[in-house]
Amino acid sequence: MVNNMNIDFTESEKNFRLEVRDFFQNELPEQVKLAIDNGLRLSKEEQILYQQALATKGWAGTNWPVEHGGTGWSATQKYIFYNESAKAKAPRIVPFGLSMVAPVIYSFGNKEQQERFLPDILSSKVWWCQGYSEPNAGSDLAGIKTKAVRDGEDYIVNGVKTWTTLGHYADWIFCLVRTQDTGKKQEGISFLLIDMHTPGVTVKPIITLDGRREVNEVFFEDVRVPAHNLIGEEGKGWTYAKVLLTHERTNIAGVASSKQRLSSIYEMLETPPDGMADLRKNNVFMARVLATEVELKALEYTELRVLSSVSTGKAPGPESSILKIKGTEVQQALDELYVEMAGIYALPFLPQQYDDATVEQIGPFFAANTAPHYYNNRKVTIYGGTNEIQKNIIAKHVLGL
Amino acid sequence: MDFSLNDIQQMLQDSAAKFIQNDYDFETRQRFAQSELGFNPNNWSLFAELGWLALPFSETYGGLDGNALDLMVLQTELGKGLITEPYIASVVLGGNIVQRHGSEVQKTTLLEALIAGDLKLALAAQEASSQNDLTTITTTANKTEGGYLLHGHKSVVLGASCADKIVVLARTSGKSSDKHGLSLFIIDPQQAGVTLNSYVTNDGNQAADVAFENAFVSLENVLGEVDTAFDNVKKVLNDAIVAVSAEAVGVMEKMLNATVEYCKVRKQFDQPIGNFQVLQHRMADMFMECEQSKSMLYYGAIAISSDDDADKAASLLKIKIGTAGRLVGQAAVQLHGGMGVTDELDVGHFFKRITMINTMFGSHDEHLDNLVKQQQIA
Repeated sequence: MVNNMNIDFTESEKNFRLEVRDFFQNELPEQVKLAIDNGLRLSKEEQILYQQALATKGWAGTNWPVEHGGTGWSATQKYIFYNESAKAKAPRIVPFGLSMVAPVIYSFGNKEQQERFLPDILSSKVWWCQGYSEPNAGSDLAGIKTKAVRDGEDYIVNGVKTWTTLGHYADWIFCLVRTQDTGKKQEGISFLLIDMHTPGVTVKPIITLDGRREVNEVFFEDVRVPAHNLIGEEGKGWTYAKVLLTHERTNIAGVASSKQRLSSIYEMLETPPDGMADLRKNNVFMARVLATEVELKALEYTELRVLSSVSTGKAPGPESSILKIKGTEVQQALDELYVEMAGIYALPFLPQQYDDATVEQIGPFFAANTAPHYYNNRKVTIYGGTNEIQKNIIAKHVLGL
Repeated sequence: MDFSLNDIQQMLQDSAAKFIQNDYDFETRQRFAQSELGFNPNNWSLFAELGWLALPFSETYGGLDGNALDLMVLQTELGKGLITEPYIASVVLGGNIVQRHGSEVQKTTLLEALIAGDLKLALAAQEASSQNDLTTITTTANKTEGGYLLHGHKSVVLGASCADKIVVLARTSGKSSDKHGLSLFIIDPQQAGVTLNSYVTNDGNQAADVAFENAFVSLENVLGEVDTAFDNVKKVLNDAIVAVSAEAVGVMEKMLNATVEYCKVRKQFDQPIGNFQVLQHRMADMFMECEQSKSMLYYGAIAISSDDDADKAASLLKIKIGTAGRLVGQAAVQLHGGMGVTDELDVGHFFKRITMINTMFGSHDEHLDNLVKQQQIA
């Protein structure tokens, strides 16, 4: 019988893959390449250099339509891009500007806003952060209290946003603000863009379990924001925010990066780096590695099923709803395996070792970051709608409960 | 990249779904499962008519040239009916081993009869001590005047009691653990020297332990070449893993749907129990395991049909089906409460089947152990 069912790429998709592979091998900025090769974390400057290299190539707007300067890539092309990027251990693209606020601006913003904001997002000239969660509005996001009161041509904003990732790097923040207190709580929410340099904006660090500053609290005290920074209509912010949350479906599970991490595990098991024990003899550990491989393989095909629906012009099926949960579970299972592989060298707290290639190394080269990453990465089952919230969504929208 | 079914697969799916819907309600299934034969003989003729018995075989012998993916589509639907017809035993195991290892003459005669519905086959490979490693079987076939004499004991041979012919794996040369030296023989269950001890399995199917004591096999009943059967048996077992995993996916979907429907109508504390979050999350877990199993099934069927690292793919698939099947099955019974453990309700019987599937063709633990050992050798 003739087969439809296949995971083959077309000729042009194969050529595209070669082009992407070549980019990651040959066109990354020297300083970025050096950091990747040494397994270091990227500084703000290096992150921007990397994204600007993508922009120069015309690949910064992976999700964007062509008319706004995006790639116009198909779902399969995006899949190829993310896989090659992961194989090259390239950094992720910081999502807040390029894949979060930009789609809202080009979908719901007016022409003036599009012209004003999109080019600087595309070229990573301006750093964006996200102002959604508040101290008392986490899973129940619609319960936000940050107020924006109209005053002439401006809004006066008061309130607190929290868990603001890399807010201390940011020039702009996109916020969900309350413009109305009465009626349904979702209907009083608006989508407002705020310049972080405006008087009354204060950023305070939150130190996470890895000892680092990644997230922040952002305080707004009588911050005056021009009304022309409002996206779309007042009171429609919740609708726009939901569109934003469902964007980026193909990459949410982090399958490509998990595949890369698993193959690194196998490489290290086969040729243990200096200071690492021969864990292949440990049957219990090996069984856990293989159990993780099973889940990841299944997840890879779940993602391919979603991709296949999208690329054959159908809507993603119910299987797409499990990507976030399963993807983050696999990521955390891998985190556990890495800590295990570091052995006793998971203990020393040596942050300088993953920020600086010149310090003298203690323990196997990968070990210093395993425990801090394990701690930090507990976030993935919490953010983006906790995995428990995701299960509520499956129960309600997929199973009809 | 495309995961949609082709026209023939779509037809296969539709006709199988219709068959289960119209002719295979749970009461009918139970009645035939408890009959002496263990299934409805008219269905076997219907399978022949619908071309299902011809599915995996080459057009040369009157087959449909189907591959692991086509088999997957059919078996998923049949799984939803919990069928007891010996399709896996006779077609997937018996027929496929003939196709892969038989001589031209054997293929022509046996497969044509099988496809017509006139002949049922079974494959007797595993033994109590061999578990998932067939190189350690102890059944022997010794050369004698005009043929071979079989000695040994085959365990839990699926579909043996209704089979007209049984294909038996035995050692003809070499020592235990050698891949070389294993051969296949076609025997008649009624013949001298063969004893069948038949029984019903825990999931309502039929099987038998088969003992051989000086059972004579003539040279024309040696299947294909001697000494070289191992690789082909292994390939047939991979086909069987796809078939049984596909069936498992059908079984799991059925249990999920039954559980969701039950939780919508069963009321406690003045409301449907499906309103309770703790049960909702358990059903969300069941749903995720069903979807992950389906994804794994696609991976396994594609890898096995294109012979791309097929043994590893089969193991990964069987491991996933093992864990997912346990989770979905146990949750289905738990959420049905007391009704879940009654013989009266179908859900318990789906649970029985999914549990037995884990024991077949290598359990979750056996496949995991195998993969670990391979990593350690590598």
